[in-house]
Amino acid sequence: MYVPDFLAYGGLLMVSLQRSQTDQKIPKLKLNPMTRRAKRDAFTFALFTFPNFLLLTVFVFWPIFYSLFLSFFKWDMIAPKKRFIGFENYRVMFNDPVFWLITRNTLILSVWVVVLKLAISLSLAMVMNRDLKGRSFYQAIIFSPTFTTSVAVAMVWRWILEPDYGLLRVFMRPFGIAPINWIESTTHSLPAVIIVLIWVGIGYDMVIFLAGLKNIPPELYDAGLVDGVSPMQEFIHITFPLLSPTTFFLTITGFISALKSFDIIAILTGGGPLNTSNVLVHFLYENAFRWFKTGYASALALLLFIVIMAITLVQNRLSKRWVHY
Amino acid sequence: MARIVFGKKRPSWFIGRTFTHLVLIFFALAVGLPFFWMLTTALKNPVEVATFPPIWWPKTIKWDNFSKAWSTAPFGRFYINSFVTAITGVLLEVSIAALSAYAFACIRFKYRDFFFLVMLAALMIPSQIALIPNYVILSKLKWINTYKGIVIPYVSSVFGTFLLRQYFLSVPSSLYEAAEIDGLSHFKTLTYIALPLAKPVLGTLVLYIFIGKWNNYLWPLIVTTKQRMRTLPVGLAMVRDAEYAIGPEHLMAAAIFVLVPVLIVYFFSQRKLIEAIAAGAVKG
Repeated sequence: MYVPDFLAYGGLLMVSLQRSQTDQKIPKLKLNPMTRRAKRDAFTFALFTFPNFLLLTVFVFWPIFYSLFLSFFKWDMIAPKKRFIGFENYRVMFNDPVFWLITRNTLILSVWVVVLKLAISLSLAMVMNRDLKGRSFYQAIIFSPTFTTSVAVAMVWRWILEPDYGLLRVFMRPFGIAPINWIESTTHSLPAVIIVLIWVGIGYDMVIFLAGLKNIPPELYDAGLVDGVSPMQEFIHITFPLLSPTTFFLTITGFISALKSFDIIAILTGGGPLNTSNVLVHFLYENAFRWFKTGYASALALLLFIVIMAITLVQNRLSKRWVHY
Repeated sequence: MARIVFGKKRPSWFIGRTFTHLVLIFFALAVGLPFFWMLTTALKNPVEVATFPPIWWPKTIKWDNFSKAWSTAPFGRFYINSFVTAITGVLLEVSIAALSAYAFACIRFKYRDFFFLVMLAALMIPSQIALIPNYVILSKLKWINTYKGIVIPYVSSVFGTFLLRQYFLSVPSSLYEAAEIDGLSHFKTLTYIALPLAKPVLGTLVLYIFIGKWNNYLWPLIVTTKQRMRTLPVGLAMVRDAEYAIGPEHLMAAAIFVLVPVLIVYFFSQRKLIEAIAAGAVKG
């Protein structure tokens, strides 16, 4: 599930660029709208884009409005009649301690995953950013979890984190750490999820950072060399500022996809124990398809939509101010 | 000639070559070990599985773990379901993307840019918001537990359209003009000129979409309730939840069933896949 997500957001970041690009690249054609040619072209345009827009309308745009509609009703998805209850679902949501616990989990998880992933992958990219034997081999291995089925990955990790015979115990024992029952512990289940999500994600961030590093003109480092800067100064004054667009991109997209985590959590901990590792999307799934609280789940979905929309819009605004060198 | 004196200086980050390799080997192991652990577990006997400190490689390889795992659920059927849905999904999505990408790149239309922005807006919408509405739509259409139901809601394409459009635009416009002068219809220009030229990017796109669909868990989980309609990830998850407890060695063997096609694709095309990611990001 990770793949389509980052594809989407890779494109998303190009949206802001797109506006200016469309204006520059294609000369605006002043066509007489009455010509037969223009009419025929308009018809072909409609024909070619119809399947895409039909599907987008039905399965992407319409669901926003339908979710909004459903969030005002009490419905179990089976009964022929939906009962209108106004803002009751939202009132229940904001008064539900479980909801707040889950919101807290989601935020804690997202922040830790993004921060640690960025730190590790940036260090890796900098270490790797030189002529090195076997570079593409390392890269291929570290990148591989990006593509592997998360259900299978989560199952392997469940077995790795198993307290008695799990692989992780081998590495904890030399440090004198007692076996931890990661999955069934209220304090360790969320960290377990964070570890796995970092494991899955560092390869992608690393590849993007490497691309960003490659884009820094080598002349700048030459200039630094002339001025005799220390490696630390080099990092603070050259590498990091010039990398800020990449870091910004990875922070935003990483945060959004962490907010939407589902697969790994569903298999690894199932949100348990006692919701201590439950997150928004998994809670939404449980409400909608296990407990059939359609209205309540729709309210949750709408909340997720608003949060992600807000982040995206803020990102569009801020990208011009934050990203500078 | 400053460039020659300094060469292509890359920052050295305090550390030598050997240390660099040590760091990278550490991380490669950290990422690779879980895969190795999965394989070695799948080959052990139950006694070796429940041993601490663990046995890194079993004395005698227990191949019949795989046949045992295969028989715990209709994995053959899951394979068929996964392949049918992923392949038809890829074909539909790429066709839809190619058609609309061509329209946005090469067909003159007054409101083209407006529609393009409308389409791009779809990127901002998290697919999770659509789970309930789409389920309701599909149950009204009686598409629950069908291939159509698994495939159709997710074949609209924004990113693919975007990517292909960029590529179509990079082709010299004289080629399209020549086609127009020769009286080629738009559809023929797309199939005979634009698409063949876009082959490299098309290949990567197909791989990405295929892997994405193969790995998808949440939607097939929701839209299938009958065992015979489940795709591999859902089937695998159900095996774990099933009442008959199976050992970790069988579970790992079953996980390998799911991963094998993805790993094969990755093994043969990882360079291309990684390059595509890097290239896309630089633009951002």
